[in-house]
Formats: sequence, C-alpha cells, structure tokens
Amino acid sequence: MLTELEKQIIRELQQGLPLVARPYLALSKKLGLSEDELIAKINEMISSGLIRRFGAALRHQKLGYTANAMVVWDVPDELAADTGQLLAGMAEVTHCYQRPRQSGWPYNLFTVIHGQTREQCEDLASVMAEKIGVPNYMLLFSIIELKKSSMQYFAD
Amino acid sequence: MSVEQTDKQLLHLIQSNFPVVPHPFAEIGQQLGISEQEVLERIARLQQEGIIRRLGGLFDSRKVGYTGTLCALQVPEADIDRAASIINSYPGITHNYLRNHHYNMWFTLLAPSEQHINDILTEIKQKTGLMNILNLPALNIFKVRVNFNLSEVQHVD
Repeated sequence: MLTELEKQIIRELQQGLPLVARPYLALSKKLGLSEDELIAKINEMISSGLIRRFGAALRHQKLGYTANAMVVWDVPDELAADTGQLLAGMAEVTHCYQRPRQSGWPYNLFTVIHGQTREQCEDLASVMAEKIGVPNYMLLFSIIELKKSSMQYFAD
Repeated sequence: MSVEQTDKQLLHLIQSNFPVVPHPFAEIGQQLGISEQEVLERIARLQQEGIIRRLGGLFDSRKVGYTGTLCALQVPEADIDRAASIINSYPGITHNYLRNHHYNMWFTLLAPSEQHINDILTEIKQKTGLMNILNLPALNIFKVRVNFNLSEVQHVD
C-alpha cells in the first residue's frame, strides 16, 4: 500500500519536472517537505522499483524509429518462459510479455520491436524466429497511432 | 532536419537515470560541457518540438497498485473514428493503435483493479456495439524497456 505522501509525489512527478535550476526544491515546497527529504524519497522510490525509470520520455517516431512492430508468437506453453527470457535478452526487443491464448487467437508471446523501416522489422523478426526455433509468428505493424499518453495515476 | 549532436547526447543522458540532486541540470551540463542555462533551454526546445514527451517519472503500474491489460477488437473501416473516440475517452487507455490484422484496433488499459477493467470493457462494448474484444492481460512480464539507442538515430521528421 502506498502512503498518501507517495501518492502526492507520484501526482507531481507525472506532471513533469519544472524546468528550473532547482526542480526538486520547487516541488518540495508544494509538498511541504524539504528539498533533501524529497530527494531522499524519490531515490527510495527508484530503488524500490516504484519508479521504473526516471528521465525523459521521447517520441520515437520523431527520432526516426518509424516502424514499430508487435511480433506475436505461438510458442508451446511449456517453452513459453524460456523463450520469453531469450527474446527479452535481445537488444532490439523493448517489450516482451506472455499473454493468454483465446479462441481464434493462438499467440501467447508478445514482443515489440522498433526499426526504421518495416523491412528492417521483418528481417529482425526472421532472425529472432530462427534463434528461438519458433516458426509460427506474425508481425502487426502500427498503421495509425490513435492515442499515446502517459498514465495519470490517482487523478481522481 | 537532423538531430544535432549535442541534443542527441543530451537525450541519451536524460532518458533514464536523470540526476536526483539539488542542481540536476548543472550536473548534466557538466557532463556535456555546456552551461546549466543551455541545458534548460535545450530541454525546453526539445519539449516544444515534441521530441521529449515528458520529463519525469515512469511508474511501475503494478507496484503503484494498478492492473493492466492489452485488448484488441475488430472495427469496421467506416466505424473507426467513432469507436476510437469512445475508447480514447477513458484516461486509463494510454495507447491505441490501428494495426494490420482483422483485429485492427489494439489498446492498453490501466485501472485500479480487475473489476474496473471489466466494467470499462463492458461499457465499451455497450457504447460501441462491438462485442468481440480480446482481453489479453499479461501472465508474465519478461521485459519492459523504453530506451532507444540514440547512436542509431539519423533523421527526424
């Protein structure tokens, strides 16, 4: 369970750091803490993993990564954990999840890869397929981004 | 337009492990050999250009106490705008993409509990009239990484 203070810090940090010389001092005043206390608390939230990453979220399309592909794999269930670890170890894979199969949906491992072209993603997927020995896979390209936002927790 | 070298180094540096110290922008400036003021100006410009979406914390939704899922649905071509505006109106829907598959609309949903997720999905079915939604919550998370290798970056649109 999070404390009320942690929730308040999350609410502030998800708004973004103020672009001033001492951003933590500015935030600490809003929270009724000292600058040192807030810095200690944020470091604690980073080491506990509550803050997964602290820094700038970038728009990768603007940086030339125009093709992102969700590659879905149909992996025998007993191999899913090992295969998932193997895929996760590849630098080009940014996300790797196991999800349930459903009727009409046989794929149980989901990876996201980013490339500068679709062709690059396709080549990469075929290299991945060979490496994990899984022939049943499919690339789903994003055609249109309909929404991309950062979650606002505890927004009420 | 190409991303200029100092911007590239700056972005690389602040993607993760942004300094949590009293003068973070001065510390970054020291590493890049530029002034604190120049760091602030560059970040402000990169935000304005939309290259930086946000400077702050990215949270582990599970540790925050939220639960999430990935959903897919089949939307007829003519119905895409209507369905998207209904679906995107929920704040917990953070990503929504059209993809090249007969399940053509894929969105992620975060909510305080599984009950909330089910309620929202039921509402979406009622409002859109689209009943066939795949609900694919993660059973195992092997990797979530959002850093990009900026050394490969060549062009900006």
